[in-house]
Amino acid sequence: MDKFWQTLADLDRRWLFAVTFLAISIPLLTGIVLPQKVTPMVENVFNAIDELPSGTKILIPLDYDPSAEGELQPMADAFVRHAAQKKHKLYFMTIWPTGVAMIQRQIATLKKEYPEYEYGKDYVNLGYRPGYEGVIKLITSDLPKLYGSDQQGTPVSKISMMAEIDSIKKFPLIVNVSAGDPGLKQWVQYAATPFDSIEIVGGTTGVQASTLYPYIPNQMIGMIAGIKPAAEYEKLMFEKYPEIEEVPSSNMANVYMTSQEAAHFMLIAIIILGNVVMWQTSGKRGRS
Amino acid sequence: MRIFTILISLVLLECSTSLYAQKLAPPTDLKVVDVDNDKGDKLRLTWTLSPDDPATHIEKTVKDKASKEPPAELANPVVSYLIEGKQENEEFEEVGTVDAGVSEFVAEKLERRDYFYRVKAIGADESISATTAEASGTPVRQWIDQSKLYFGLFMFVVCGSVVYFIEAAKAGKTLKIRKIAGLEAIEEAVGRATEMGRDCLFIPGIQDINDIQTVAGLIVLNRVAELTAEYDAGLDVPTTRSLVMTVARETVDGAYTAAGRPDLYNPDNIYYVTDEQFGFVAAVTGKMVREKPAACFYMGAFYAESLIFAETANTIGAIQIAGTAMPSQLPFFVAACDYVLIGEEFFAASAYLSGEPQQLGSLKGQDVGKFIAGLFLIVGAVLMTASQFVHRGESGERTGPLQDAITFMTESLLGS
Amino acid sequence: MLKRTVPIVIASVVGFLLIFAKFSPPISSWENEVVMWFDILAVFAFVLGAGNLNLNNLKKISERKEGWGYAAITLLAFWITLICGIGKLGVPPNERYLTYLWSGEYDAEGSSFWWVFNYVYVPLAATMFATLAFYISSAAFRAFRANNVEASLLLITALLVLVAQTSSGPMLSELIPEDSLFAIFKIDTIRGVLVNLFNTLGTRAIMIGIALGVVSTSLKVLLGVDQSYLGGD
Repeated sequence: MDKFWQTLADLDRRWLFAVTFLAISIPLLTGIVLPQKVTPMVENVFNAIDELPSGTKILIPLDYDPSAEGELQPMADAFVRHAAQKKHKLYFMTIWPTGVAMIQRQIATLKKEYPEYEYGKDYVNLGYRPGYEGVIKLITSDLPKLYGSDQQGTPVSKISMMAEIDSIKKFPLIVNVSAGDPGLKQWVQYAATPFDSIEIVGGTTGVQASTLYPYIPNQMIGMIAGIKPAAEYEKLMFEKYPEIEEVPSSNMANVYMTSQEAAHFMLIAIIILGNVVMWQTSGKRGRS
Repeated sequence: MRIFTILISLVLLECSTSLYAQKLAPPTDLKVVDVDNDKGDKLRLTWTLSPDDPATHIEKTVKDKASKEPPAELANPVVSYLIEGKQENEEFEEVGTVDAGVSEFVAEKLERRDYFYRVKAIGADESISATTAEASGTPVRQWIDQSKLYFGLFMFVVCGSVVYFIEAAKAGKTLKIRKIAGLEAIEEAVGRATEMGRDCLFIPGIQDINDIQTVAGLIVLNRVAELTAEYDAGLDVPTTRSLVMTVARETVDGAYTAAGRPDLYNPDNIYYVTDEQFGFVAAVTGKMVREKPAACFYMGAFYAESLIFAETANTIGAIQIAGTAMPSQLPFFVAACDYVLIGEEFFAASAYLSGEPQQLGSLKGQDVGKFIAGLFLIVGAVLMTASQFVHRGESGERTGPLQDAITFMTESLLGS
Repeated sequence: MLKRTVPIVIASVVGFLLIFAKFSPPISSWENEVVMWFDILAVFAFVLGAGNLNLNNLKKISERKEGWGYAAITLLAFWITLICGIGKLGVPPNERYLTYLWSGEYDAEGSSFWWVFNYVYVPLAATMFATLAFYISSAAFRAFRANNVEASLLLITALLVLVAQTSSGPMLSELIPEDSLFAIFKIDTIRGVLVNLFNTLGTRAIMIGIALGVVSTSLKVLLGVDQSYLGGD
């Protein structure tokens, strides 16, 4: 028995990696979806978009790269689908160079699922500008100065939905999806906090949540941090707009959430095992 | 006869239009004032809402609640206000619109000269009211933003205390600093690397030189480089930014010279890898697995790669000392590294390692700032708790000296 | 002396000027301009970095140092991507300028750069990020041990938050009625207290300390008290 505990104490971490791989991949392959209980913060974020009158201008900065796509793509998809269901006007932009590809994915989704959405009238891709948080500071006072043209090079003066947009103060809501710095924190600090007319909701990776909670609810309505709240958001979407459930990729957060739950239970088991092994082996050392 | 009929119709139409327009009551009492604390390019317009504005109507209905008569429906409610402006000797043109219920507008991007404004109400049927009387104003430039005076005062106090303690330390005052385990272990780590005949790996974060954490990391690099020069241990410094590589080379060169071992300096040991976060991670972790450094230092701004570095170094049995001001990454470093400098300990590293009195003085100055922050927290918490016991007035709001103090704290002292 | 004095003087003058600009509306936009200048500098520095990358890796290959194969792959990847991007290989012309072959965006859909980005870079970046999941499990096995009081508290907190993040955790505690005395033991409530109270308190305290540390370090750099990052004492 002692040898058993000692073997566990000296366990090659590759066994743990193998268990992790199985815990995450089996639910993904089976496609099992577990029920979710919606939390108040996710409801607030949902209502922030849902309660706006149809046709409201919404700024959607997508500040993440492919490495965070797994965690953030489902919530970005959900936000864009929700805004499109409400027929809001969508203004895409990014302050990350790799965010351009993320915007292209959302535009591909819009073209496929909302063919009535017309570029230049219902949505526009302003693209990327270098400067990180400097971009945010500039566009609070003069957006056309920095964004003289859209991602394709079309002057904004020729885009009808850009006609009245002289700064981001014209947007009642900013929906930011970000994977790090600069990101949601900078949008809250430089865009939402100084101007009462701008509200902000965000989607971030779970690891950033702890640094952003202090901003809720005074400076930020709410945020979706990680896959679990994204799954709750999808649930709210299906309840309000049942037709979305038929879209194949519309429940990705729920599918991923099952893997995450399996991984969580695996982690709990590993932690308990680690402690049991420690007690068993340290007990032996004490006696000898 | 026909022409006469047409003429009469036109006159009647004109009269009815103007009569109908006059039916929409205009806003009144337009005032134009300079916006405070700006660079002289804004004017604030305020006016009294039109009696036909639904917001005025609701207010009036609330006041007349006691009369128990049903409120009269507005035949042609105001939906928005049109603001027109001009400079001297020019024609009025539209400068903006606001929704009904809004009695304020800020005109921006102005020059410092006289501007004239007037406001009209627009009804639900697109009719336009008469205009308000013209009002004029001139933007004034303020060189100092008075709303930030308190912020400036706090900054002056904190910075002043840092400078004071630096000077006091220079004058010979002894300053006591508590031990920081992570910093005490740096020499031990470098010594361990020397004994094992392996290199030290130093990563100054993944941000550029404009991030203060990178600067702080490079300051620690200077001390680590001096130690590696003294102990004759190898030092590897991969960077994610070319500017950081350039500065790091100067830092290490200077450290080796100060240690009396300029011959040991090899600029190829401080190199640029890639700007891309996970490309850098892949390169450095590969190097760790192949070359197996005995001591790993992570000093700077890190993101998701923190755990990858820490766990990989763990597999090769390296001693790890981390320091970062990224609260989201601290838990990963704490779980995986031997020593961690949390937040301000990381910024204190340079002063602590050098032991120079003037640098230690800066740490004392920081403590004054913490004391002020703590004081505000306690006073604010006491005020907020006490205000909960104050009865709400008829309007549902709490009033009185406690509430005034809280408002002063939140909007003036801490507002900007 | 010039090598250290001139940079410190420049840093001090510009630093204090920008601090003053924060309080002075007419010059408050200078900060944004300076940020743009830094980006321009960084672009020039990239040339330096790319040169250094090539030199180091070529040296490694020519000296046949350990791992020189990786250096060869690095250089290959660097040059292929650079040529694809700068040369706009396979880029369709812009819809409005069909006769101009190079009028399209370098990362237009279907171009070689787009292909490299979507089929090489994206999977690799996602893979590296995904390795975190494995490292977390090995870190959890090793680090969450109840060795002492603080470690035990950390362990219990971690377990509670992990359970609360699943769907079964809150469902189990739904057995406790909302209005009962034991409602504070509902997993959702405990998680809310841990995340919104303790976590926020701790994060705010650390952030205040960090802010003060930043002030102190910045002041030392601006006043030239600490010159070690320049290679001095």
